[in-house]
Amino acid sequence: MIQAMERHPMDAYLRTDRLPHIWCPGCGLGTIVHCFLIGLLKSGLNPDKVAVVSGIGCTGRAAGYIKLDSFHTTHGRAIPFATGLKLANPDLKVVVISGDGDIVSIGGNHFIHAARRNIDLTVLCVNNFNYGMTGGQLGPTTPLTARTTTSPYGNYEQPFNIPYLAAASGAVYVARWTAYHVTRLQKAITEALLKKGFSLVEAISPCPTVYGRLNRMPTGLEHMKYYKDNSLIKEGADPREVDIKLNGQIVCGKFVDIERPTFTDLRNETLRQHKDK
Amino acid sequence: MRQLAGEFFMNGDIACAEGAISAGCRFFAGYPITPATEIAERMAERLPEVGGLFIQMEDELASMNAILGASWGGVKSMTATSGPGFSLMMENFGLGIMLETPCVLANVQRAGPSTGLPTLVAQGDMMQARWGAHGCYSVIALSPGSPQEMYDYTIKAFNLSEKYRLPVLLMADAAVGHMSEKVVIPPPDDIKLFSRRKPTVPPEKYLPYQPGADLVPPMAIAGEGYRFHVTGLTHDERGYPVMTAEAQDKLIRRLVGKIEQNQDDIIEIESDWLDDAEVVVCAYGISARIAKFAVERAREEGIKAGMLKLVTVWPFPEQTIRQLAKKIKAFVVPEINCGQISLEVERCAGGAAATVLVPHMGGGVHRPETIVEAIRKAAR
Amino acid sequence: MSREEIVIGGFGGQGIILAGYIVGKAAAIYDKKNVTFTQDYGPEARGGACRAQVVISDSQVSYPYVETPSVLAVMSQEAYTKYTPALRPDGCLLIDEELVKPDKTAREIFAIPATRIAQELGRAAVANIVMLGFLTAVTKIVSTEAIKKSVLDSVPKGTGELNMKAFERGYACGLEKLKAAGKK
Repeated sequence: MIQAMERHPMDAYLRTDRLPHIWCPGCGLGTIVHCFLIGLLKSGLNPDKVAVVSGIGCTGRAAGYIKLDSFHTTHGRAIPFATGLKLANPDLKVVVISGDGDIVSIGGNHFIHAARRNIDLTVLCVNNFNYGMTGGQLGPTTPLTARTTTSPYGNYEQPFNIPYLAAASGAVYVARWTAYHVTRLQKAITEALLKKGFSLVEAISPCPTVYGRLNRMPTGLEHMKYYKDNSLIKEGADPREVDIKLNGQIVCGKFVDIERPTFTDLRNETLRQHKDK
Repeated sequence: MRQLAGEFFMNGDIACAEGAISAGCRFFAGYPITPATEIAERMAERLPEVGGLFIQMEDELASMNAILGASWGGVKSMTATSGPGFSLMMENFGLGIMLETPCVLANVQRAGPSTGLPTLVAQGDMMQARWGAHGCYSVIALSPGSPQEMYDYTIKAFNLSEKYRLPVLLMADAAVGHMSEKVVIPPPDDIKLFSRRKPTVPPEKYLPYQPGADLVPPMAIAGEGYRFHVTGLTHDERGYPVMTAEAQDKLIRRLVGKIEQNQDDIIEIESDWLDDAEVVVCAYGISARIAKFAVERAREEGIKAGMLKLVTVWPFPEQTIRQLAKKIKAFVVPEINCGQISLEVERCAGGAAATVLVPHMGGGVHRPETIVEAIRKAAR
Repeated sequence: MSREEIVIGGFGGQGIILAGYIVGKAAAIYDKKNVTFTQDYGPEARGGACRAQVVISDSQVSYPYVETPSVLAVMSQEAYTKYTPALRPDGCLLIDEELVKPDKTAREIFAIPATRIAQELGRAAVANIVMLGFLTAVTKIVSTEAIKKSVLDSVPKGTGELNMKAFERGYACGLEKLKAAGKK
């Protein structure tokens, strides 16, 4: 028998009384949450001043396992909740951790507007190409021809390319990694947390139980092999060119890292100018 | 800068915004909609003057969420809308109920359904206020009938929301929102304010949903080291999701119970001429002031009419109605809808007294004569 | 119990609503009366018919809307046609004589070329204030001091002097008309 370690190094930042988690074997979420915590520790931010906000879905459960001030809100609404939290309490670093369906489908409008305003938030969007919690339905990122329970003949909807959407909407930091690229993902999370303004990290995650099973990749290991063999690391790639085809190449890297005044910068400057008049 | 004090001639929407500022509201998130837009406009201008923050969100879903987030950030917050926006806000009004988040939502009602009559009055959202989010819960809703009441009740709404930890509804309407009258704003020191109870235990002992004797749990805010978790899922005292019938039973009974148990403190009514009344007009908001006029006229005609004005519409004053029903002939309920609160009156009267609905479909208010005529008939 | 009901009617862009607000504020804040001011207008931002209603009472105003105006000031033909029938028999009718052609009526009419006077002063936009001066002189429904204070509170900064001139011109015209009508 394998002896379990008595304490996990991340225990201080996990609600251990809530474990084991609900995620399936082979799912990338455990790895991604771990990457987030390491990325957070490396950032040097005071964890008491970091809040996590999630929406609904498999990824939405992340807020429940992370031992920080954490909010599990409604489907799609993590970003506007986080916006209020951040603006009311500017000392906080507010991180949104949620899935692709939550962030760019039901919450799509909130996503583009928070990026447009350049609200000082970090969004960690876990993309598994489908709605996992409800059993594998078509999502906003499902590649063309992929099978889901609501695209039984193959998907004929064109998907979103999340980095392109974020960049076009005004995000100041955009990166994409997979659950395979743990150290790079950690580094991207640290960078995003330390970036002032709206930062987005897309983490591609296996969903072997539903999406994988319907698309000839039914184990986590197969997904990892796919990421290893088909990822192309291309720092500074044009976000327009990083769309993902079914079982096709995944361009990874940091695509955007620019400076742009935040909502708060512009608000304060406008009010200061008004006062000086 | 400053909070206002003195006598002002202002409309109900502006009075609502000033009430919020007097109540200590320092965060407003909203989306423009007639006839509530003036609240947002006033807040956009005034909040920076008092060190607060205004943000116009992309829609009402976002607005409601932003004020919940702000409240957890430790700042008193509000939004304002009208019918179509109120429908959108219902989703996260429910989240506010579940997370027990103090904040205020003003609904300046207009005639619906759908886009309806954007500029004209109605009271058609009173049941939506009670039941608009899915699930079982209790609410607090106040209904102002003048700009002065818009100011006063907004302060009440904030105090109740902080005390009982829930989003409180200010159910105004287009007539009150757009009507200007004298509004007296007291000096800040004369305004009684209530702020949420905070935890007194250290973080390792803090349970976010462990209630006090009043069934209300103390509330930590983000960034103070409590590292709490809250969720819209059914949860236990720790704030952790628990997917059992027992957990659901316990939580819902407390969410409903904290309003029920404290209703003597929450419910507020105003009454006139009830002592010898045979017919009691029960009304709220703009309809209450017209009803009062009608009751005065009926009294001039020698009819023993009385007036019961609901300051808080929810929770509903069941006991008051039950007791009155035993000694009067009938209730007359004028509403700018086709019968909502009248159903509650009828339920509580339980057949002991008749309930006469005086409906008005919206777009205008009742003519006093219509209500007087209903009183005359009911008195016969 | 006295209840005065004032209606000012015209079209969007004439400052009708502001004129009503100014009367309301004067009566409520400076004359210390019970006042309710309401307005109605169409969905157009400019050009649609609009109406300001002011109820002034010794006691609390329960019913907030005007039913039978005691004073009606109209600055468009449409408003004249629409609102005159409700005017009380002993009510006071004031018109901008260049914008309203009254039909044959036994009713006494107080007419002023408010818009032309405003143009003479250099800003057609102050026609509403000319009308307010006229209304104050003819009806005495609010005190002159109160309404002057209210005008100054309510008009854009830097236009106080012009608006006061406009008010005085309207007021003087009102006194003349009263004299001609043999009233004081």
